[in-house]
Amino acid sequence: MTPQALIAGVHEFPERKTTRSMLEIQALSARAALEDAGLSKKDVDGYFTVAGNPGIGPLPIVDYLNLDPKYIDGTTIGGSSFVAHVNHAAAAIAQGRCRVALITYGSTSRSSGVAVGTRERIAGDYLDQFEALYGTSTVGLYAMVARRHMHEYGTTSEQLAEIAVATRRHASLNPLALYREPITVKDVLASPMISAPLHLLDCCVITDGGGALVVVHPDLARDLRKPPVRLLGSAEAIAHTSAGRRDFLVSAAAESGPRALAEAGVAPRDVSMAMLYDSFTITVLVTLEDLGFCKKGQGGGFVSGGRIALGGELPINTDGGGLSSNHPGMRGIFLVVEAVRQLRGECGERQVKDCRLALVHGTGGALGNRHSGATLILGRS
Amino acid sequence: MTEYSKPLPEITAESRPFWDACARHELLVQTCRACGTVQYYPRGVCAACWSPDVEWTPSSGRGRVYTFTVTHRTQARGFRDELPYVLAWITLDEGVQVMSNIVGVDPGKVAIGMPVRVTFDDVKEGLSIPKFTAA
Repeated sequence: MTPQALIAGVHEFPERKTTRSMLEIQALSARAALEDAGLSKKDVDGYFTVAGNPGIGPLPIVDYLNLDPKYIDGTTIGGSSFVAHVNHAAAAIAQGRCRVALITYGSTSRSSGVAVGTRERIAGDYLDQFEALYGTSTVGLYAMVARRHMHEYGTTSEQLAEIAVATRRHASLNPLALYREPITVKDVLASPMISAPLHLLDCCVITDGGGALVVVHPDLARDLRKPPVRLLGSAEAIAHTSAGRRDFLVSAAAESGPRALAEAGVAPRDVSMAMLYDSFTITVLVTLEDLGFCKKGQGGGFVSGGRIALGGELPINTDGGGLSSNHPGMRGIFLVVEAVRQLRGECGERQVKDCRLALVHGTGGALGNRHSGATLILGRS
Repeated sequence: MTEYSKPLPEITAESRPFWDACARHELLVQTCRACGTVQYYPRGVCAACWSPDVEWTPSSGRGRVYTFTVTHRTQARGFRDELPYVLAWITLDEGVQVMSNIVGVDPGKVAIGMPVRVTFDDVKEGLSIPKFTAA
């Protein structure tokens, strides 16, 4: 089928702790991603990033990069934002609003000492007075979903731990990953309890980081340095408290996943590998169910027995994920970077054999109150 | 009484009736006069049909624990000095979910499905925060 757009270049900023600023990280990443694509700064006519500055969004970074985009998007919906940006870039390209879309991200969460998961979660909005005053934290909001999943389906801490163990095994094959030492299910269960039932090793790491993506019009295929990756399907959704009647075990992936798969004309069984946002182990489990890789409630069994590890039926998060490689606060961009590299066959020791079709799903916000989901289906050239 | 160090609500005209009722130890939800939907958290319109004709209606203050987490580590103000504590979603008998704390119960004894009732934490003159305890 005809792709909506091509992903022509990607870059992941390699440092996990840096002295560089979030602006510098983005500039260096943009340069590297354009070089990866065989394009240059002057080719960029669309620009996408998260709103770094309340009220004016991307203005400072556009100024810093000295760009003159014809199309600007500052959509900020949590960690999935950059996955959604790919969807938005494809729409803008299809409409003729731009031809070379640059997406960037930079964060210094670790060097600035931000306790991403356990800090007080106050948004400064109307909803705080009904939630934040009860001691909400990101990990607590996800933990409530894990507890409910255990209650309804008998899911165990051991099964959640399997996700952390497989992800760490992948990280051991990624020289850039923050933690590379293999761990066991026992290690996860013995790690300190943060917000029950989630242990420390059920939670993502905190790092600095950033990256960039270059999404282009299909007509540019011949001008690129490497065989581009084709965007075959994309969709997004929001799941929220639904006026007080929410099934918190159903995430936004249940909406965005089927739409993206249908657009690409493929089924979960066709997917070679998946990059699923892993803020916490429970995020992965719920996402796998909602995307249709297994039935609702059967995620615990699905993630066991090596199925989601390299060599298994559905390898996920082959870069080591947020659980072991890097998580500067909004990790969606790395999901796309790794999926593109897998489809290009650039992953060395951690390469998925015969990788033809990758699924990317970003989750932003919190499963336990409100979050966004963005799904992409990517195919190799 | 030691000073309440946890976050306090920023009350607006929109939420004032809810908080005034809490000060009287009454928990309110809202019922839409146009479509009959009961909702929580309160807001200026019905979340189902966007009618602005919503009425404050009393809640029984009773319900069951939908889910919960016992938090052992947090940076949240006040809460970090009182670990562990229980954050929960409670389904009220009126059918709507409310986020709150479960207090006055050993965190190890809290369970999904447990019957609970509202209790008010009188944090200062004119301000009481609804929390839940074993019914």
